[in-house]
Amino acid sequence: MLACKQATQLASAALDRKLSVAEQIQLRLHLAMCSGCRNFSRQINLLRQISQRRAEHNDDA
Amino acid sequence: MTLDHAALAQHRPYLLRYALQQLRDEGQAEDVVQETLLAALQGNFSGQSSLRTWLTSILKHKIIDLIRRQSREAPLPGATDSDDDTLDDFDALFDRRGHWTSEDTPQAWQQPNAALESKQFWKVYEACAQLMPQRLALVFSMREVMDMDIDEICKSLSISATNCSVILYRARMSLRLCLDKNWFGNPEKVG
Repeated sequence: MLACKQATQLASAALDRKLSVAEQIQLRLHLAMCSGCRNFSRQINLLRQISQRRAEHNDDA
Repeated sequence: MTLDHAALAQHRPYLLRYALQQLRDEGQAEDVVQETLLAALQGNFSGQSSLRTWLTSILKHKIIDLIRRQSREAPLPGATDSDDDTLDDFDALFDRRGHWTSEDTPQAWQQPNAALESKQFWKVYEACAQLMPQRLALVFSMREVMDMDIDEICKSLSISATNCSVILYRARMSLRLCLDKNWFGNPEKVG
């Protein structure tokens, strides 16, 4: 079972590369049981949208 | 489609802000925007996308070229695989077994879409982005804003893939934590 620290690293890596099947399973199992890491994962995905929006709509900011 | 100077000049402030966010250097931002406008005058705008989208895509390439040139001439400060690329600075968020401490466990962010419409939120975002060390901010921008893949980023900056992942992890941790403390986890702001 992954600790949260490793799960956050995998969640971040998943935004940058295709995880191996083993990594995907480990991460999915962890996220299914851990709401903190689920929130973390959602939030770093949101950071991507936020940073793109900031660059592209920089005159509304 | 021929473009005139006036049409291009309208987009100059936008392009300048875009470049400045990525490069954090006014002189360099001015230079890449100048090059972009020159290239646009000589180029062939098909009219299929908006002029701004087309100009932004030229600008992205100019920014990436500049970063490549620079990192060939002088590597980014601390751009080698070194001690400061460890993950230790976020250790305080986790207990000894590597689980979130109770006070640092991420809570759901309320109304993220409403935040994006708030001027105040963007001020907080700006401050949080500025807080990231330049190197983290640059790699984060290359990945998230300019949509480069890890291999391209590694090659451009002459860093290893592992180093690149660590930098992106630290950038995301830092930005998430800052937004959480100063916006999403602060009931007065989200209100």
